[in-house]
Amino acid sequence: MRHALALSLLLSCFWLVNSGHYTPLILSFMVASVFFVVVLSHAMDVVDGEAQPLHITFRLPVYVIWLAKEVFLANIAVAACVWRGPGSISPRTIRVRASQNTDVGVVIYANSITLTPGTVSIDLEGKDIVVHALTEAAEADLLTGEMDRRVCRVEG
Amino acid sequence: MIDMLLDILSWGLLISGAFFCLTGGIGLIRFPEFFSRIHAASLTDTLGASLILMGLMFQAGISLTLAKLIMIMILSLIAGTTASHAMAKAALKSGMCPLDQAALSRRPEVKSYTDKT
Repeated sequence: MRHALALSLLLSCFWLVNSGHYTPLILSFMVASVFFVVVLSHAMDVVDGEAQPLHITFRLPVYVIWLAKEVFLANIAVAACVWRGPGSISPRTIRVRASQNTDVGVVIYANSITLTPGTVSIDLEGKDIVVHALTEAAEADLLTGEMDRRVCRVEG
Repeated sequence: MIDMLLDILSWGLLISGAFFCLTGGIGLIRFPEFFSRIHAASLTDTLGASLILMGLMFQAGISLTLAKLIMIMILSLIAGTTASHAMAKAALKSGMCPLDQAALSRRPEVKSYTDKT
């Protein structure tokens, strides 16, 4: 029930932002369409804690701000590699162990790795993430495990 | 006065976003093989697109357009990551191997791949 309410709220916000027309007729269309989508999602059995991980909602913003800083720094590092030429890169493949307990946590971690330029997660084998790193510095950054710890904290 | 400052900030963001998109494109051509090129493409996906969208947000001001631009930014960041990962995984599964000796020896069934260009 909690998840269905959260989904309805999110869909309504999405609809209101995209619409821009707030007359009673159009708003009743919104109610009908949101209801239809929630019923459909329920029938598909995707209204649960995995599709709407509500428990991370308030811890996520802190992580997103930290991730944005990391992505910014990594962008500058990779841009420098581009301008210095192919000689400045040393591509390598490494494996890192994701220490999150839930699938949602592992997915957040693997996606964060990909979002950061200089590291791309190319495969997931159980809890091992195969990562392609562009430079030694990018590899070292990942191996400090700070991102892993922060995702664990988000997951709670 | 405030308008001018916002305009300057907005243009600064747009131009640096364009710079990162250009850098991503150049990296795409300069880097030697597929897996390195993905890293260059992610420059365009992340900071390039985000800075341009942020510049546009300053142009839009507080309005519905701002909310839409924020949604576009969230979508492009998530979709960009997912596409990069899907592409890298598909390349790996179809037998392309990163230029890395350790990885080659761990996966003897995968034939090595070297891009000559």
